[in-house]
Amino acid sequence: MAAVAAQAGELTKLGVQVLSVSTDSRFTHKIWQEEELSKMVPGGVPFPMLSDQTGAIGRIYGIYDEAAGVDIRGRFIIDPDGIIQAMEVLTPPVGRNVTELIRQVKAFQHVRATGEVTPSGWQPGRPTLTPGPDLAGKVWKQWKVENAF
Amino acid sequence: MGETKDGCVQPAGGPIPQLQPEAGPVAETQRGETKMVARVGQAAPDFEASGYLEGGFKNFKLSDFKGKWILLCFYPGDFTFV
Repeated sequence: MAAVAAQAGELTKLGVQVLSVSTDSRFTHKIWQEEELSKMVPGGVPFPMLSDQTGAIGRIYGIYDEAAGVDIRGRFIIDPDGIIQAMEVLTPPVGRNVTELIRQVKAFQHVRATGEVTPSGWQPGRPTLTPGPDLAGKVWKQWKVENAF
Repeated sequence: MGETKDGCVQPAGGPIPQLQPEAGPVAETQRGETKMVARVGQAAPDFEASGYLEGGFKNFKLSDFKGKWILLCFYPGDFTFV
């Protein structure tokens, strides 16, 4: 979570509200913030740290591990209409890629604003595509696979 | 929904079933079991949870933030290593 907190400024600039959730109590969140997170990131976590002690929230999001009794690493990008646009679920030992997460937010925001679609690996400023009958079978003319990397 | 008193226990609503099923996925509760309803392209299931923010305790609903982009991050536990 420290990595997400470190990018909180960038996420705020993009108009993104971050909410973190684990099965820990709010008291544990407070001590984690004070004892560790605030020493990893200046000011610590600036967004609400939520408590899901029964796992009920994790269950409806499909990321509650019944055997371990924890919410595993799931992250969801939700648009201003409340629609889930992206989800990624990792088992606990591998952390998330916050840079990729921010890229996806920018891509979903671009799509919402323009109606264009963003090809693989799209970054702001790179070519987008506008789907339509004329584009069918002609993507190769407008977009090169090198653009994905 | 103001700041909550510092009691030992702060009940929070947890999953909030949608009143209009056609508006989105419904948290189906049968014998106390809640089934997964989160899907891309579908409404994010609403919930209420107790939380910590900047020194205080408060209950938050996902729907408090409707109209904004939301990044909802679950993780296995405070003080875990990655």
